[in-house]
Amino acid sequence: MSKVKKKVKVIKIDVDKCNGCRACEVACSAFHAKPKYSSNNPARSRIRLIREPLKDKYLPVYAGEYAKAECTGKDKYVIDGKEYDECDFCRASCPSRDLFKEPDSGLPLKCDMCEDDPPQEKPLCVQWCLNDALTYEEREEEVEEEVKLEDVEIGLESMVDKYGLQKVMDTVARMAKKE
Amino acid sequence: MRYAETGYNLEIDLSRGNIERVETDPKLTELHLGGLGTNAKILWDRVPPETEPFSPDNLLIFAAGLLVGTPAVGCNRTIVTTYSPQTLLMAYSMMGGFWAPELKYAGYDRVIFRGKSPNLIYLWINNDKVEIRDASHLCGKGAVETEELIRQELKEPKAQVAAIGLAGENRVYMASIEQGRSSASRLGIGAVMGDKGIKAIAVRGTKDINIARPDQFMELCNEVLKYIPVRDKKPVPGVMPILAGLGSPAEMKLVDEEWHTQNFMWGNSRTRKKDYWNKEIEEKWKETQENVRTRLISCYNCPMKCAATISVPGISTYMMKCFSKLTYTMAAFSDLDFGFRIAQRATEYGVDGFSTPQVMAFGLELYEAGILTDQDMAGMPSDNEGRFYWLLDRIVRREGIGDILANGTYWAAQQIGKGAEAYAHNNIKKHEQLPLKLGMLNPVYFLMYSTGEKANITQIEGNFPQAPFPTMEEREDFVKDWIQVPDEKFKKYLLDWEPRGERSNPYYPTIEMSCEIVDWQEKMHYIDDALGMCAGLSSFPLKPPYHIHNYPAFISSATGIDIDEAGLTQITKRNRTLLRAVNVRRGLRRIDEKPPEDHWKKRFPELEEKLLDAYYKFKGWNNDGIPTKETLHELGMDYVSEDLEQRGILKNEQG
Repeated sequence: MSKVKKKVKVIKIDVDKCNGCRACEVACSAFHAKPKYSSNNPARSRIRLIREPLKDKYLPVYAGEYAKAECTGKDKYVIDGKEYDECDFCRASCPSRDLFKEPDSGLPLKCDMCEDDPPQEKPLCVQWCLNDALTYEEREEEVEEEVKLEDVEIGLESMVDKYGLQKVMDTVARMAKKE
Repeated sequence: MRYAETGYNLEIDLSRGNIERVETDPKLTELHLGGLGTNAKILWDRVPPETEPFSPDNLLIFAAGLLVGTPAVGCNRTIVTTYSPQTLLMAYSMMGGFWAPELKYAGYDRVIFRGKSPNLIYLWINNDKVEIRDASHLCGKGAVETEELIRQELKEPKAQVAAIGLAGENRVYMASIEQGRSSASRLGIGAVMGDKGIKAIAVRGTKDINIARPDQFMELCNEVLKYIPVRDKKPVPGVMPILAGLGSPAEMKLVDEEWHTQNFMWGNSRTRKKDYWNKEIEEKWKETQENVRTRLISCYNCPMKCAATISVPGISTYMMKCFSKLTYTMAAFSDLDFGFRIAQRATEYGVDGFSTPQVMAFGLELYEAGILTDQDMAGMPSDNEGRFYWLLDRIVRREGIGDILANGTYWAAQQIGKGAEAYAHNNIKKHEQLPLKLGMLNPVYFLMYSTGEKANITQIEGNFPQAPFPTMEEREDFVKDWIQVPDEKFKKYLLDWEPRGERSNPYYPTIEMSCEIVDWQEKMHYIDDALGMCAGLSSFPLKPPYHIHNYPAFISSATGIDIDEAGLTQITKRNRTLLRAVNVRRGLRRIDEKPPEDHWKKRFPELEEKLLDAYYKFKGWNNDGIPTKETLHELGMDYVSEDLEQRGILKNEQG
């Protein structure tokens, strides 16, 4: 397969530089308001600062994929003598917590790197972080070009692997009849 | 739709346990903006001047400033207003931190308490759900400890909690309200909170704050964000380190304390140690500070780092900002290590870091002078540091001599008698001041000390340099990019101001110039206190990002209320005058308006009288410091002059 160049957007998080101000949450929620900047509300932000000042825990986390269910086992990390829950590092919008969900509808939120027209130079959270706890980098990566399978196809493929093509086809046909 | 503000207040009647959500009149915002201004209006309307501070009829108001909760950088202040048990005048104490924005996101601009709860309670505001909850299990707990316990109990780590410690519960006149890295400390508002039976207020909010003209408003915020690093790279030369940059004094960051330790007074604000600072002390203090300081931290939505997390081995972690680092150290003639240790206990007790060390040093001075006896001090340890811990413990519990000292130096001296009054020498309007004693009278500072409604210099000084620059070159360099001046003439005042000779203190700046300089500086504070803006990015430092020229656009684009510089000046004047009227109605007069006798060695009684005459006139007040009928009319406050006339405070013919 041929190689292609892909631009990867990276936000580098230096927790040692964080002063705990939550400007990232303010800027994010204002940017994503409709119309843009017409309101702000950290509860809608796609970046949240996990913040426990007395334990000196400051951890900016970005909203990632939606998770239907919470994890079963959870680990704990101890870093520099500070104990973190695995969830502290997790980007998922998940039923176990109120992070990364619209407060009124409960719909999941996800960081989109502030896609805008014309494009923003950097995501808003980075622009508003004057302490450089958040910095923005773009790097090019060479990746192998591959045929991107549609989500449904990926799912079906795994079903076929497990049950065989015939069984899957029969099931789909039966489901179609019921509809 | 309401913009920038939520348009709702919470009214809590503690005697009846009643909670109401009340829509506010938008007209009040146009007249007073919010924060301090609107608080003063509420106090004027609803609390008669005869009301004792510890009466159920006294109100305790927690307001989030007008622009709090919007993206306005550094706008996060809570303005707490009530009548002070110490000065008996209007108390307004403020705190930064994270509480006020959370209140706005919960859907309220302020919480107004009236009445008294029969038991210790705390208030839990969770968006639309508001409950008065029992706090008997929190009785006697430390303020910082209480904040954590409440968050755990509510299973709401994101709740912001403002709490009192033992001092507030025991109605100590120096009691503060603590909130994470911040506190509202001055004038005894924590005592009123304790008197009302409120241990804490916890709040959590997940609603939107709306902006009227979003693009313009964000553009202005971005300009502030751009300016801050530029200003940061250009510290003002020739001034003491804490005044060179932005923010509230960067005491947590800086270790060079030559200026404070050699110019501020030690003990009961009497002893100057001119040669205290040396290399050895600097190294020792640097080590102390860096060992206990875990991280430099900020308030909500602010890039500055004015506070720090302090972890002294063996005692629980707390947060500190500004000058309390040195107040205990210097009052006790001790060192920085002691300062960090005792401040932890003082923070849990919830006491004002300015007044409390002075009260303790005052007590020890009285003891050394034989006015307080061994019997009064029975049980006090013999070592210096031990005495301070002992006194602190007695004061917050109101035990023995602590019960008297808990009322501050003024009232304690009255109670003790035997000449103790002479030892309560550092007060303005019964309130302990910075331990600063200087040589030559400065006319601008004379006016600020005398007339400031809060009796606290940091609440009125700021944008104009404290002292003249020695050379013309420095002055010219300073005024070059001084865009914050409301008028070009202020540049000339500074250029002409000399350290010595004809154009120097006390006769220069002239009386007229002094009035104008004070008025400008005070105006900026009154705007900040209405908006909830931190003085550290506006009225306090030199060349700040917020000033009279960009504020009108900030307010207009956030609220949709069209305001220009003249309009903003008028609102500020209205708020300033209303505060004065509130205090006049409680008995404040010209005779009360004076700095401590020994603040300057060289005093000029005749000039000082002229300064006051001129300043009152400039403000539109009569010669006793009472706003005139014309002034009140021009500001749309005929209701104030009618009231003052009815009480015989303003004479009809006097106008």
